[in-house]
Amino acid sequence: MSGVLNILFVGVGGQGAILASKILSHVALSKGWDVKLSEIHGMAQRGGSVVTQVRMGEIVFSPTIEAGDVHILVAFEKLEAYRWAHMLKKDGKAIVNDQRIEPLPVLIGAAKYPDSILDDLNSSIQNVTVIPALDLATEAGNAKATNVVLMGILAAHMDIPLERWQEALEAKVPAKLLEVNKKAFMAGYNFAVK
Amino acid sequence: MKALLTGNEAIARGAYEYGISVAAAYPGTPSTEILENISKYPEIYSQWSPNEKVAMEVGVGASIAGARTLVAMKHVGVNVAADPLFTAAYSGVRGGLILVSADDPGMHSSQNEQDNRHYAPFAKIPMLEPSDSQEAKDMVKLALEISETFDTPVLLRITTRIAHSQSLVELGEPMEREIKPYTKDAKKFVMIPAHARTRRVFLEERDAQLATFSEQSAANFVEMRQQSFGIITSGVSYQYVKEAFPQASVLRLGITHPIPKQKIMDFANEVDTLFVVEELEPYLENQIKALGIKVVGKDLLPPYGELSVSLLQKNLGAYLNVANPSVAVTTEQSNIMQEVQQPFTAPVRPPVMCPGCPHRGVFYVIKQLKLVVSGDIGCYTLGTMPPLEAMDTCICMGASISAAVGMEKANPELAGKLVAVIGDSTFMHSGVTGLMDVVYNKTAATIIILDNSITAMTGHQYHPGTGKTLMNEDSPTVDFAALAKSLGVRRVAEVDAFDLETVKKVIQEEVAAPEPSVIIARQPCALMLKGQTEAVVCEDCKACRVCLRIGCPALSFDEEGKTVVVNKPLCTGCNVCIQICKFGALRKGGA
Repeated sequence: MSGVLNILFVGVGGQGAILASKILSHVALSKGWDVKLSEIHGMAQRGGSVVTQVRMGEIVFSPTIEAGDVHILVAFEKLEAYRWAHMLKKDGKAIVNDQRIEPLPVLIGAAKYPDSILDDLNSSIQNVTVIPALDLATEAGNAKATNVVLMGILAAHMDIPLERWQEALEAKVPAKLLEVNKKAFMAGYNFAVK
Repeated sequence: MKALLTGNEAIARGAYEYGISVAAAYPGTPSTEILENISKYPEIYSQWSPNEKVAMEVGVGASIAGARTLVAMKHVGVNVAADPLFTAAYSGVRGGLILVSADDPGMHSSQNEQDNRHYAPFAKIPMLEPSDSQEAKDMVKLALEISETFDTPVLLRITTRIAHSQSLVELGEPMEREIKPYTKDAKKFVMIPAHARTRRVFLEERDAQLATFSEQSAANFVEMRQQSFGIITSGVSYQYVKEAFPQASVLRLGITHPIPKQKIMDFANEVDTLFVVEELEPYLENQIKALGIKVVGKDLLPPYGELSVSLLQKNLGAYLNVANPSVAVTTEQSNIMQEVQQPFTAPVRPPVMCPGCPHRGVFYVIKQLKLVVSGDIGCYTLGTMPPLEAMDTCICMGASISAAVGMEKANPELAGKLVAVIGDSTFMHSGVTGLMDVVYNKTAATIIILDNSITAMTGHQYHPGTGKTLMNEDSPTVDFAALAKSLGVRRVAEVDAFDLETVKKVIQEEVAAPEPSVIIARQPCALMLKGQTEAVVCEDCKACRVCLRIGCPALSFDEEGKTVVVNKPLCTGCNVCIQICKFGALRKGGA
């Protein structure tokens, strides 16, 4: 599977994982790579678990990523990072939004939200970046741009010029939201490189 | 120019480029986006039909009238459409006719898992299976050519991984759209027995001609590499094979009915060990075995769920290591064959009804009243999940009403505590005929139409009750109350789904009534209204937690502060929880 970069976006329905994967694939296309994306949406429109897989490289066959073969995991919510951590390669990177969205069994008291998520992730994964993406997005002017803050972090972990990401934002984000999204993206990028 | 498209978008693009003039469907995951994307091309007339049978019939009619036509549905939809499909196979086409079946191995969003490839030999029509988005587009062209050359509808069968995966597609210019001149041909299109018998013989001749075509078609191709082991495959499985065993020889079948028997025999003779890699049923495997060829398939691979690269490497690799050590898989591959352990335990995040969903309160009342619930297919099927758990059955589109008739006939005592719940779109799909049965066969069933004014679960498609068409034109709106009355229902009540007291009172009255009743519980889907009302507030909470029993994602309990907390960005201000709080702690926002 050499030569293919596997990136997994995980989050909760409504958080914008699907837009994020579209931005990333636009970036990959601008590099002239082959790209495949796979997303599955199920019954619920909001609040369910969402997973989007992006594979890029010279030539990509399977649209899906095998467990243990993810290079970068981008988790829009920390419990989802926990749930999908096993997908990472041994030396894979995890980018984790420190946001807590309680699933229904937790809300109604039928299950407990684990307290030690970030410690556990840090102790078992070599390369974890935890980011208060919701706060950064809110500061940038729109809490809904959390997904783009995370794209800024991802950009800092990938060897692709910033202009390419900016172009992708221009192509994929509605014009009236472009400025705030560009700000959110840079907030994420600067958080990662400082 | 190349674009990154899902298989569904690619099929829509193919419809645009290759001269489709009419397209019809009923929305169903994973097929929905085919028509949504076709509707972006104004050159094509596109529509949502109330169900798949109607969509298929619209397609057959358009084809008879001379248009290239596409009909799309999910796998279970083909069951609904099977009746016209099987006869359309006899009458054939005038303009090319494609039926897209989007199957769902693994049941990501379906009530069963079925391999619709079996429909092709059953109906005696050819079938194409693309392996990525580019082929999904290309095969629209191939399907139309086959359809018009061989006078047959063509089944274009995809799966969720083709429908919802994006890969690169070369975009082309649209060809001229033409309608073939209409001429009456009753012997071909009026399937009375005398005519059908002639066509029955034609079906066999056509199948034989198609078999020859399949032998020669470039859609069935061989990639010869190692001779020690070869793999016959189709659909997305081809991609898994290419990645799992780059050294293997491959026969990829793009036409999977009729299969190219000679090509398969030739390939089998070239390789030492032959596998069939296919998701779900041993569809190809059984046909290949019937040719007297020794193949390994479902001995190693499950007849359910999706395949994956690692599953192939593990199961086929292990077999090869034992059966044929000389072609043992490489170390690099065997690394992937190791099981990956899940290091953490995370509480599940099941699908939930959205905050502000108008179905939530109705289900809360139904649960309070301890009613038996005959359910149906839609967002409200989630009423079966904790904490509401207000559903006893869910079979298929429209079955809530008809199953309720059966339950009541079998056990008359149930009449006093049974309701059927069905959404507005599902009621249009196939609830209406069930309701006729309710009245005609004199039951006392109570039907609750959960009317959120849209086909919500598949992502907000219009239907005959919404006043809009797929092409965004205004249209007349079905009046559910008047419709129910015209079918003979005398007791019809309309309630505000958020007014729990009235909902409860009306349900009690109607369940008790010794005749059919229809209750229409109305409020639009929460995702269609944005920021119209203030979020609820919670003050002086008594920590009884009763409000948590409605399972609203916007409500949680703070153990330390001993108070319920409202998640403001999530709360839509539907105020259902306010009506449940006995202490008046939950209040309208801003009040």
